[in-house]
Amino acid sequence: MEAIDALMGGFAVALSWHNVGLMMVGILLGVVVGVLPGLGGPNGVAILLPLTFTMDPTSAIIMLSCIYWGALFGGAITSILFNIPGEAWSVATTFDGYPMAQQGKAGQALTLAFTGSFFGALSGILLITFLAPLVARFALRFGPAEFFAVYLLTFCSFIGMGKERKAKIVISMGLGLLLAAVGMDTVSGDLRMTFGLTELLRGFEFLVAVIGLFGISEILLTMEEGVAFKGKRAALDLKVVLRTWLQMPRYLFTLLRSALIGCWLGVTPGGAIAASFMGYGVAKKFARDPDSYGQGNPQGVLAPETAAHAAGSSALLPMLSLGIPGSATAAVLLGGLMVWGLQPGPLLFVEQKDFVWGLIASMYLGNLAGLIVVLTTVPLFAAILRVPFSIVAPLILAVCAIGAYTVNNAAFDIWLILVFGVVGYLFKKLDYPLAPMVLALVLGDRAEDAFRQTMLVSGGDLSVFWSNGLVGTLVTLALAILFWPLAAAGLRRLRGGTAGEAGTAGAAGAAGESARGGPDDAGRAERSGAPSREAPGPAMQIGHPSSK
Amino acid sequence: MQASEANEAGPAHGGETPGERGVASRMAVEIAVAAAVALLAAVAIWSNLSIGVGWTDDGPQAGYFPMWIAVIVLACSLVAMAQAWREADRTPFVTATQLRQVGVVLLPLALYVLAIGWLGIYVSSALFLAGFMVFVGRFPWWKSAAFGLAAALLLFWVFEIQFRVPLPKGPVETMLGY
Repeated sequence: MEAIDALMGGFAVALSWHNVGLMMVGILLGVVVGVLPGLGGPNGVAILLPLTFTMDPTSAIIMLSCIYWGALFGGAITSILFNIPGEAWSVATTFDGYPMAQQGKAGQALTLAFTGSFFGALSGILLITFLAPLVARFALRFGPAEFFAVYLLTFCSFIGMGKERKAKIVISMGLGLLLAAVGMDTVSGDLRMTFGLTELLRGFEFLVAVIGLFGISEILLTMEEGVAFKGKRAALDLKVVLRTWLQMPRYLFTLLRSALIGCWLGVTPGGAIAASFMGYGVAKKFARDPDSYGQGNPQGVLAPETAAHAAGSSALLPMLSLGIPGSATAAVLLGGLMVWGLQPGPLLFVEQKDFVWGLIASMYLGNLAGLIVVLTTVPLFAAILRVPFSIVAPLILAVCAIGAYTVNNAAFDIWLILVFGVVGYLFKKLDYPLAPMVLALVLGDRAEDAFRQTMLVSGGDLSVFWSNGLVGTLVTLALAILFWPLAAAGLRRLRGGTAGEAGTAGAAGAAGESARGGPDDAGRAERSGAPSREAPGPAMQIGHPSSK
Repeated sequence: MQASEANEAGPAHGGETPGERGVASRMAVEIAVAAAVALLAAVAIWSNLSIGVGWTDDGPQAGYFPMWIAVIVLACSLVAMAQAWREADRTPFVTATQLRQVGVVLLPLALYVLAIGWLGIYVSSALFLAGFMVFVGRFPWWKSAAFGLAAALLLFWVFEIQFRVPLPKGPVETMLGY
């Protein structure tokens, strides 16, 4: 197997002392990032990215991806011990994790969460190992037209499959595209929307937007709710861990099902948040005792964690093989690649073999290291949350300011994070999704360039997008996904079924306008207990107990 | 359905202690945000019209894409406004207490960013951290000052010495020879 050989080479790269050290640093920082409110995955990676500008790209991405794994693990700690999800993707973990902790089974719940996370991540990474090289090889034949089609597909599936109001998704994405267009136009050299301001010549750096949208806004929301961290104590001793592991085979089916859901939602732009809710919802639906969910059912911890991690890791597949991020954090990592001078896309697998396989190998090692680190250091990280928020909040804000400054050495950017922070606060409270905006900021210019290159070749003729089977299929698929919710709503109306549609519409993913009450209600209900969420909308009506 | 929704979320509205009073209804904020988006989109349309939004022989001109995206955003913001109007969700967006909490972060943060401009990031960070601890956390001033100073020194060690990332510096650093 070619992939196995390449992977072994990757392990050789990743297993240097230097890189293993960075891996540990990354995991520890990541868990801190995951535990603290206001420092989510995308934001944590964005802040630390400038520190790696001088590092060798392979070491840099190993450290940054480990921050990502650490954040995924860390989110579970606060969910279970404090009933406060450190990350939006661990909201579903609180449903059964906190009740377990209250019953004195915190150790068991944590072990379940970490093991589920590890299993989920492992399945995502296996998918990457064997599928990514194939996808990349296929994509090598792509020209600008095909790439534009793939970008279009990404944008359209965010709109067509998003659970929020369509108008709000389009606004969020459109604002991202507009911000991406500010500055010098790469094709004609014209200045766009700079309004004569020198600060705008550079355009908007997406890292700055991420720090404001995800970091500052989260602090504002946490302050607003006046969170007090009162948690259960937890020490994990080896006996509890081993006893829990012995029960694992019983839950094998749940594990596999959640891993599958996660991998699917991770590769398509659904993301870890949607995956965790769906994992929980599906596990509950197929359970023999659905009423025990929400009361401390072990599978209620296992299912969402496994799915979230599977989605979190498989979101890196399209990023590595096509240059299209499947999640906000993957988008930030993608931005990192460009900063280090690497061109994301299928050519990476040919030109930067060491880099790609070093990264993939580090995913295996990073997750194993992460599992060991979190199992041994839970009390330490639980203690972090007992530090008063009036110390933690200004520290996080200062780190955000420094992170924003270092991106371009521009003081103007520090003001920008303030503006983006307020925007993020308003958008989160009004259920505008933020991920489409970040995605559009990262991909906007690339998509436009691809389109205009295609037009240069074809002489302005649009029919080039249906000129061969591949590009035609992609474009048609993109348009189909975009208009599917409209078509589905039309069909329902034709059948005359007006009542009872909310339940099925949510499950079909074509919620559109008809399931309107669903996401908003759930989002608002969420607000009472959860200070941290990226987008409360997605899949809430599938998994949230209050909506059943 | 809309009415029952409003009732469910009612308690915050009904509990009439002064701090629990809503400052603005969700409907008002929804409409205000959508209006701001619409304004931005209008500015973008106007700006791009001036650099050419046509379609030449070799494809679209520089303003073509941003202009049409702005048109779409404008249309969607009108839809969002209409939806908010139709739903008339009068539950409070934030209560007075919550708004004060947000201000407690936002105002010092703005002062901090302002201070970075002339004091440099290290001195401002020390002041920001210490000030926040004293005024929000009610810590004794000496504890706060010590913590602020220690944090600034740590930041200096990490960024200037370990990673050699230059951050904005002010008169104090110049005095010390950096």
